[in-house]
Amino acid sequence: MKSLISVIKRVTKYQLFLPVICLFLVLIINLIQTPSFFHITMKNGVFYGYIIDILNRSSGLIIMAIGMTLVVASSGGADISVGAVSALSGAVCVAALGTDEVYKMPYFASILLALAVGLLCGIFNGFLVSFMKVQPMVATLILFTAGRGIAQLVTGSFILYVKPKNFEYLGSFIPGVPIPTPCFIAAFLAFFTWLVLKKTALGMYIQSVGINLKASRLVGLNSRMIIFFTYVFCAFCAAGAGLISVSRTASIDANNVGLNTELDAILAVAIGGNSLAGGKFSLAGSIIGAITIQALTTTLYAMHVSADQLPLYKAIVVVIIVALQSPVIIKLFRSIKSRLFQGGLVKEAVK
Amino acid sequence: MKDNEILTMRHISKNFIGVKALNNVDFTLRAGEIHALMGENGAGKSTLIKVLTGAEEFESGEIRIAGIDHPIINRSPEEAQLNGISTVYQEINLCPNLSVAENLFIGREPKKNGFIDWKTMNKKAKEAFDALDINIDVTLTLDNYSVAIQQMVAIARAVDISSKVLILDEPTSSLDDSEVEKLFSIMRKLRDRGLGIIFVTHFIEQVYAICDRITVLRNGELVGEYEVENLPRLQLVAKMLGKDFDELSEIKRENSTVMDKDSNILVDAKGLGCSGIIKPFDLKINSGDILGISGLLGSGRSELARTIYGAYKPDKGSLQISGNKLNVRAPIDAMKAGMAFLPEDRKEEGVISDLSVRENIIIALQSKRGIFRLLSKKEQEELTDRFIEILNIKAADREVPVKQLSGGNQQKVIIARWLLTNPDFFILDEPTRGIDVGTKSEIQRMIVDLAEQGKAVIFISSEVEEMLRICNRMVIMRDTSKVGELKDDEITQENIMKSIAGGTAV
Repeated sequence: MKSLISVIKRVTKYQLFLPVICLFLVLIINLIQTPSFFHITMKNGVFYGYIIDILNRSSGLIIMAIGMTLVVASSGGADISVGAVSALSGAVCVAALGTDEVYKMPYFASILLALAVGLLCGIFNGFLVSFMKVQPMVATLILFTAGRGIAQLVTGSFILYVKPKNFEYLGSFIPGVPIPTPCFIAAFLAFFTWLVLKKTALGMYIQSVGINLKASRLVGLNSRMIIFFTYVFCAFCAAGAGLISVSRTASIDANNVGLNTELDAILAVAIGGNSLAGGKFSLAGSIIGAITIQALTTTLYAMHVSADQLPLYKAIVVVIIVALQSPVIIKLFRSIKSRLFQGGLVKEAVK
Repeated sequence: MKDNEILTMRHISKNFIGVKALNNVDFTLRAGEIHALMGENGAGKSTLIKVLTGAEEFESGEIRIAGIDHPIINRSPEEAQLNGISTVYQEINLCPNLSVAENLFIGREPKKNGFIDWKTMNKKAKEAFDALDINIDVTLTLDNYSVAIQQMVAIARAVDISSKVLILDEPTSSLDDSEVEKLFSIMRKLRDRGLGIIFVTHFIEQVYAICDRITVLRNGELVGEYEVENLPRLQLVAKMLGKDFDELSEIKRENSTVMDKDSNILVDAKGLGCSGIIKPFDLKINSGDILGISGLLGSGRSELARTIYGAYKPDKGSLQISGNKLNVRAPIDAMKAGMAFLPEDRKEEGVISDLSVRENIIIALQSKRGIFRLLSKKEQEELTDRFIEILNIKAADREVPVKQLSGGNQQKVIIARWLLTNPDFFILDEPTRGIDVGTKSEIQRMIVDLAEQGKAVIFISSEVEEMLRICNRMVIMRDTSKVGELKDDEITQENIMKSIAGGTAV
């Protein structure tokens, strides 16, 4: 009994406890509603199933959430331009490839070009926030509105389609590989980011700057550069997510690619148990948050909720998840826990 | 409760996980007295105050207050206020962009036809301040006034809301002498009105200047309650520390360990200055020097130090460190040249509150090494443990957030942070502010040790006695310029005062 209590206590102290529980709850609801939810089948040499679908569709969001996590941690503000940036880089990629049977320029070159455009957007955002000291929300609002405009300019306000089949590899499957490509990209990016944060002092620097900018400067950190970097990285991630998105449909609709994804990305960070005021962060938390959001969407579709009503149900669940992690509820949990586990001891001490 | 008692706390106990923060503590406050609550960091002063004001719960004991015939439990500061207990904290919790009158009445503005009645509000505010002999324009916004006045506004507000018990938590730590005197006169007025005032402070002199009684806590337990006239200073300190006083008495260094002056110049500033912040100054510091900087608040004490470190970017003059010209663009340049800087404001510029003790200690060294040469987890842990031991830092674990440590221990963490970078030149801006007597003398001794090892130290303190004790040189500041320099035997209270006051150059 005692060891069980200590295990429970240790597990519940873990920062990721609540995010994981939330994801679990969403999945369990699925299992009850749709018994076939966890079935994975093989069709045409690739895996099919709700779970695969969730992982596949959440990849773009995971990528954005990783970038967003660092932005939030370093600056205590959010980059709301990520949706527009993803549309812009998608547009650049498609426009560079052209709509003919053969590419106008090599596939890889166009991807690099699109990513470079993403970097450029990040440099713009980062410069405004870290060097000009514009509030993050205001600074990124510029590209939030202008980004899609530029994308329209690039596409000539048309919906463009890419014809060669291999364009779709990035957003769906590479022939012979049964797992969707976006999963690999998201996993690779997560691993790479984790590695950089672990093997360099960057993670500590970002947290330090996010917690106390002045103190960080006085211990010799180049706080501006660190904040600048996170914005550049975030826009780079957004560009990557945009590429996946256009590849999925083999087309670019500058008005719809990445629409409202900035909100989902911020939400993923919050659901992951990260404070939007900056400072300490958990990358794993944000990734779990992103998967939870997608799982929720897929669940609701599986329950035959129509697309128009989706946001309402999603909002209800999100409110519950966020409230579960709010300081007030956490404090309540703690006092219940201490009453359960320590009540006896304290009473004895009082006597 | 006896007749003149307005607050009694009996057998108060409070546990933090694994630690007894308060153990069976009694406290009694009488009407019309100023009662000092004294103790080292971690003695339980803050916890007792928090329990009283409802910021923390307590496990056992009872609190009674005059006029309420049952024990009270405050669950929030608002509830405490309803019960007649108001608190003014060191950090002022007012709105700088609202007028003084608004600050006084915020949340309970006088209304007329549903709208704020400005005329009445300003009139009432004026009356409230006049009664305390504070002559200010209540219609100006609060940020027009000095910290001292802001504090007095906070007090006026607290007293106006509910007036039985007033708690002043370290109100004087950012005030200069004349402002402290003004505050004291207000405290005396309130005492004469029959208020009970609990005064939490680290300044022993101030306790003797104003208080009637002293309650001493140590390690969460009550040591005793004393009348001020029956408790000499030395005994008070002994009771706080729980040991005899001689340990503290003299940290005198062998003055001027005859050094070949010019050959050891470590820092050489020529005409260094920063427009609008500090006027150009010349300053030479030798290795082995402990250089004090004295001057009134706002005279440029900190600014001089910050300009050398590059926290303000100098735009005039030149700086040489060990004979090499140094162009400081950012603090990292100064660090690489062997400097360390402990800022005055520990909370705002020192600790990185949510990071662990370990991260706070190693961050300066890490930043000096650069982002790619990460100290391994093992190295970090070893270094942290070593300094926790050397400096006797009291922390439950090296991984707890530094904000959970007491003020004195946080300061030690920052000192450890800089010791770790092995600098030749320390700039310590108020390293002993808001720190208990025991830690204070530990820090002073450490500074003397550093100097004896041949390091140079700039030591800034608003307590002149402290600098008299350990400095061998002294720079005097007035109106953002350096006006004098004293050394060795010239360093006396009198000379310093003269020099600060101006007139004859020393």
